[in-house]
Amino acid sequence: MVAAHNLKHALFCAVITLVISWPIMGLKLEAVGTQITLQGADPFTWIAIGVAALAVFLFQLFREAILGRLGMLKSLNPMADRKPMPQEKRLKLESIGLTLLIVLALIWPFFVSRGSVDLATLVLIYIMLALGLNVVVGLAGLLDLGYVAFYAVGAYTFALLSQYWGISFWMALPIGALLAALFGLVLGFPVLRLRGDYLAIVTLGFGEIIRILLNNWTNVTGGPNGIGGIPDPTLFGMEFGRRVKEEGNVSFHETFGIAYSGEHKVIFLYLIALVLAVFTGLVIRRLMRMPVGRAWEALREDEIAARSLGLSRTGVKLSAFTIGAFFAGFAGTVFASKQGFISPESFVFLESAIILAIVVLGGMGSQMGVILAAIAVTILPELAREFSEYRMLIFGAAMVLMMVWRPQGLLPMRRRQIKLSTGE
Amino acid sequence: MLEVQNLSMRFGGLLAVDQVSLDVQEHEIVSIIGPNGAGKTTVFNCMSGFYKPSGGKILFRGQEIQGKPDYRISRLGLVRTFQHVRLFGRMTVVENLMVAQHRHLNTNLLSGLVATPNYRAREQKALDRASYWLERVGLMEMANREAGNLAYGQQRRLEIARCMVTEPQLLMLDEPAAGLNPAETRDLDQLIISLKEDYNVSVVLIEHDMSLVMGISDRINVISQGRPLASGTPDEIRNNDDVIKAYLGEA
Ligand SMILES: Nc1ncnc2c1ncn2[C@@H]1O[C@H](COP(=O)(O)OP(=O)(O)OP(=O)(O)O)[C@@H](O)[C@H]1O
Ligand SMILES: [Mg+2]
Repeated sequence: MVAAHNLKHALFCAVITLVISWPIMGLKLEAVGTQITLQGADPFTWIAIGVAALAVFLFQLFREAILGRLGMLKSLNPMADRKPMPQEKRLKLESIGLTLLIVLALIWPFFVSRGSVDLATLVLIYIMLALGLNVVVGLAGLLDLGYVAFYAVGAYTFALLSQYWGISFWMALPIGALLAALFGLVLGFPVLRLRGDYLAIVTLGFGEIIRILLNNWTNVTGGPNGIGGIPDPTLFGMEFGRRVKEEGNVSFHETFGIAYSGEHKVIFLYLIALVLAVFTGLVIRRLMRMPVGRAWEALREDEIAARSLGLSRTGVKLSAFTIGAFFAGFAGTVFASKQGFISPESFVFLESAIILAIVVLGGMGSQMGVILAAIAVTILPELAREFSEYRMLIFGAAMVLMMVWRPQGLLPMRRRQIKLSTGE
Repeated sequence: MLEVQNLSMRFGGLLAVDQVSLDVQEHEIVSIIGPNGAGKTTVFNCMSGFYKPSGGKILFRGQEIQGKPDYRISRLGLVRTFQHVRLFGRMTVVENLMVAQHRHLNTNLLSGLVATPNYRAREQKALDRASYWLERVGLMEMANREAGNLAYGQQRRLEIARCMVTEPQLLMLDEPAAGLNPAETRDLDQLIISLKEDYNVSVVLIEHDMSLVMGISDRINVISQGRPLASGTPDEIRNNDDVIKAYLGEA
């Protein structure tokens, strides 16, 4: 028996769907000569809108029943009934799997197209970003919506250093990361006392401030025009371009006596990103098991209890912000080098949202989950190019479905089991 | 070792604690009792630095600590439990105990990342201390469970163990027996006495369970509606007219 209340609610939702989709999809602007006129869309769109409204109506009407069913569909979730493996076996399997994966990742680029390698580099950059944000959001439990700001700091540091002082990628890499870390520290101070929604809003604002600053400080950052001509990384002083740009350098293909190919550079960048991503993962994994990592989680679980045991909120929060920002700086430097050109447009809020979505999808705190989610979130939209207009829609739908089926994320964090010696 | 002098705490118009004084000597169990809402937890909150008292002094080994930040007070060796258990629920039992030993560990990031011998030795020592206390409170089997999944009585014991691994000098327990069954309460009774006898810790205890309080306290302070009502040995308190009246009035 469906209650009257449900019926009212469902009707309301359906009407809202109509009201929203009518102007967005049902009307079209057409240029007729110099005039712009408003026209109705073709009948197919209208039918689609009607169907959508009907779907919303029915879903809302039988919402409880549908969601209940979905929750029960355990068969859709292959991991549901599996018993957890004993830790030793799991660790062994995991390390074998990881080694294989890394070896594969090292060989793979030599056999595929340039575009795929390029995309893979982007995936690795997102992995670095998500692993870093995982420290702040997943471990320390601080909702940071402005994470992209630190990514921008890393990228712009490299771009500006190379533009004004001709500093190379390898020099800029640590400088960019350290400067981003410094920004993390600086942002950390004013938000120490904030929590939850307030923290989210302030960090969101911080992200926007950095972007607007980059946009408007035209004589230094080039404003919306961005900065171009960012150099590629070199390998022991060897450049990857057709011609050597910097005096004293030699070119890669001449040194080895092979024909010039644009692919060398792409693969080299990919390998750098791979090494840095593995480095990021390993360092953070280690941090998680150190006193600082435990302190992050303790603060997330119960701040008052953590303080009653002598942990200082200031130290713990700042370390999370700083270390998270550090790795965003890393990713930013690689990104600038990969693109060769950066502008504030690459550092909009949507980027923060995507990185956050990766962390949440992956299962807060879990590194493997975050890596899987980073791959999925970056590659799937590329595969579904035809639907690119509906990208955000699909993305949103995927998030909602995830929250229904696996609110804990793809691979929720598994706690390390510690062997204790009995008796003293 | 601890002396509270004329402590007052005002929340807006409400004077929750009014001129309360108490002292704790080395090797002593001192209880604070009083009807619901008397201000007992508020006294604890002032002593542990969660609230900045509106008036009065708190001296720990001669040093004024009122208004100091909570984590500093805890590092001095004054550690507390909470009326409503506060564990790190999604961390394992051992991890809860490791977090508490932060101060005894090598927290230098670089030593940790390269795992220097000093780092590893201190980590191992902390693990040993953790297993010792897990054994002591009977939670060894639960070591790798998530703390949030423990039974209520086990959570209470874990909270005490978590305080003890910090090697405190003064332990403040806020209603540790609340929600425990009679058998568990008896164990707790033994545990608290042993903390005093074997580990040389002084205890300040807030508790409603009168048989527990009367049985193990060296001295008792009674407060009612924020004001001190009586103080003395269990026998003196048992026969104090004001106390009897206050408790009968409540019932
Ligand atoms: N943060 C606060 N803000 C305002 N009032 C408070 C605050 N904390 C406590 N109080 C008030 O102070 C009084 C004393 O509270 P307290 O929690 O100290 O009592 P208690 O003796 O611990 O009681 P119980 O036995 O129920 O735990 C109560 O009236 C309470 O409402
Ligand atoms: Mg209380």
